[in-house]
Amino acid sequence: MTRWQRFGAPSLALVLLLAACSNGGNTSASPTTGGGGASGSQPAGGGGGDLKGQTVTVIGAYGGDEEAAFHQMVKPWEDATGATMKYTGTRDLNAVLTTGTASGVLPDIAGLPGPGQLQEFATGGSLKPLDDVLDVATYKDETAPALVQLGTVNDQTYGVFIKAAVKGLMWYNPSVVNYGDSVPATYDDLKAALQSNASKAKGQWCLGIESGAASGWPGTDWIEDFVLRQSGADVYNQWWQGKVMWTSPEIKQAFQAYLDVVKNSLGGATTVAATAFQNAGDPLFDSPPGCQLLHQASFITGLGAFKDKKAGTDYDFFPFPDINSQFAGAVEGAGDIFGMFHDTPAAKSLMKYLVTADAQKIWVGIGGALSANKNVTDYPDDIAKRSAELLANAKIFVFDASDLMPAAVSGAFNTAILNVTQDPSKLDSELANLDQVTKDAAG
Amino acid sequence: MDPRLLTAIVVVVGVPAVLVGYIWGTEQALKLLPERAKPRVRPWLWLTPAFGFLGLFLVYPTIGTIIRSFQNKTGTEFTGLDNYAWFFGNSAALSALKNNVIWIVLLTVLTVGLGLLIAILVDRVRYESFAKSVIFVPLAISMVAAAVIWRFMYYYVTPPQPQIGTLNALSTPVGIGPFDYIHIPNFSVATIALVVIMAWMWTGFAMVILSAGLKGINTELLEAARVDGANEWQVFKGIVFPLLLPTIAVVATTIIITALKTFDIVYATNNGAYDTEVIASLMYKEMFQFSNFSRASAIAVILLLAIIPIMLFNVRRFQAQEAIR
Repeated sequence: MTRWQRFGAPSLALVLLLAACSNGGNTSASPTTGGGGASGSQPAGGGGGDLKGQTVTVIGAYGGDEEAAFHQMVKPWEDATGATMKYTGTRDLNAVLTTGTASGVLPDIAGLPGPGQLQEFATGGSLKPLDDVLDVATYKDETAPALVQLGTVNDQTYGVFIKAAVKGLMWYNPSVVNYGDSVPATYDDLKAALQSNASKAKGQWCLGIESGAASGWPGTDWIEDFVLRQSGADVYNQWWQGKVMWTSPEIKQAFQAYLDVVKNSLGGATTVAATAFQNAGDPLFDSPPGCQLLHQASFITGLGAFKDKKAGTDYDFFPFPDINSQFAGAVEGAGDIFGMFHDTPAAKSLMKYLVTADAQKIWVGIGGALSANKNVTDYPDDIAKRSAELLANAKIFVFDASDLMPAAVSGAFNTAILNVTQDPSKLDSELANLDQVTKDAAG
Repeated sequence: MDPRLLTAIVVVVGVPAVLVGYIWGTEQALKLLPERAKPRVRPWLWLTPAFGFLGLFLVYPTIGTIIRSFQNKTGTEFTGLDNYAWFFGNSAALSALKNNVIWIVLLTVLTVGLGLLIAILVDRVRYESFAKSVIFVPLAISMVAAAVIWRFMYYYVTPPQPQIGTLNALSTPVGIGPFDYIHIPNFSVATIALVVIMAWMWTGFAMVILSAGLKGINTELLEAARVDGANEWQVFKGIVFPLLLPTIAVVATTIIITALKTFDIVYATNNGAYDTEVIASLMYKEMFQFSNFSRASAIAVILLLAIIPIMLFNVRRFQAQEAIR
């Protein structure tokens, strides 16, 4: 016993020391002290022998099919450099990154919840500027100016879009009603067409706003499309900036137009609330057909029943028709913005790669994505190509407003959609509450 | 070797070694003291690590949270009671508070009531342990899994299509429903539907403890009452229930604390939409989604203050029971 006591203690100290060391090694697995200039000059996807065996940690919101597509997109970079990407998907991106910035435990690269959070993380100093990483002139040349602007904070580039989507497309099944024959020019024309074709499907619209913790967002897309086309891009932008009140007539009439859609939807408010957005369009293909139209972004082609149907023959789309001719030609888009938290040579190399046309055309080819890079032109089908053109040729481009609002406002926006969908009489009180939340989030 | 494996080995070997080493170290130190002082000093030395851990992981963060709750959003200056004023003046926070009250009342009534009923009924059958096991099993399921299971139970399909959710599939043929239980915002229907999930899980817990209490009642007392001509209801009301009261109190306080801390089920079903927000989910949102740590701290303090009296009551009860023994 005494012998054990004598030798036990020193070996104990050794064990503790080892523990401390191995821990230390773990947390600093991603070295943050890479020579900045050296890797900056290295061609993306080139030989890159010095990246061999290095790891880049990435966190994003992708899971399932989307995660697989993202891995395919990164694969050529891994093959070329010998480095590996360690990807973690989470549904609660904002929570992970918010706690991460507070504790310092962050991935090298992350998909960001939206431009609003990009702004927050960039001014907070946790995001690294990309001006030395990317060839900024080429990047700006290849990317829509509106997207470049959204990734810029204080004249420095902090975020880049790796894929994009056009919102507010009207999807239909040509074998039910072929809207392709005469695309409604205005929203009133559309409503008239829906009326005259009423016998061909059970409901006019397919609509589903259930989406787990983010339930309500498909409704916010409706409101955004109405605001943009009823009142124009200026009001739209002032609205998400908090300068146009929710209770103002411009926003209220958008909600009323949305509630009219709910009223004419398959199954009414109860079905709208209960249906998951991915499956909302499935009744388009039912027999007898459940509805004539589904309003959803370009990414729906990768989800639900659309996944197994043939573009062009089974389904097709036309853009959201204009409402006020004064504001014709406006398009709402969205996209996945990525930022860099640790400027390791491997992370820099991956960021450089992700913005290239070579990288982005991979996901485009898989389906469900549009490229943020203008040089990607080989779309898999006519539908994807037309939506990409819509994005590229938009006279006025605005970004998804609810992604630009502060998290508290955007969350309350979702909840307000859920509440008014089921109980339209709450509209005024919900709008007043949104004004309250907006004021509170600004202060 | 994988550094994680090394860490695992170091922890498995190291942690017990440190504990033994600490005791050995204190014994060495105690040798320096006079013989008479040793018994008085030793327990304190042994308690020190526990106090250390409690202080570091419980007291220190609690104090930090309380301080933070008096600061502004970024934690740069003190703003007095602003965060508390926000809580009690905000309709979302007040409705979360209201929902927590529903949780406390309904969950306690359901679990204790059903638990007591089942405990008494199974006490009289041969397959008691089997029946009790069945009721108890849901407690072993994680909250998120239970929420997912019940999403299927409550599932709603637009009428012409056949109902595939368990409840609607059962009730629709007899002319009731279908209802979209967890998406009904009015009259707290969604909240009540969520409480039912929790009650399904915790009834087994209440039943097991109440059943144990029931077994502790002297059967001679019951027989004496029956010989004197009391019927079963009178036996229950006059003897069983009063004798079970302390046990019921312990179960009820535990359930109340569980109800106050409810988070997982709300998060995994509606995430607070359809008027199901509770204090804990509101705290989570303020902290992790809106990055408002100060308001989240204020909510945490309010929750703590709400729980303390119940805890005190529980501890008193416990001490009183110990004293009787």
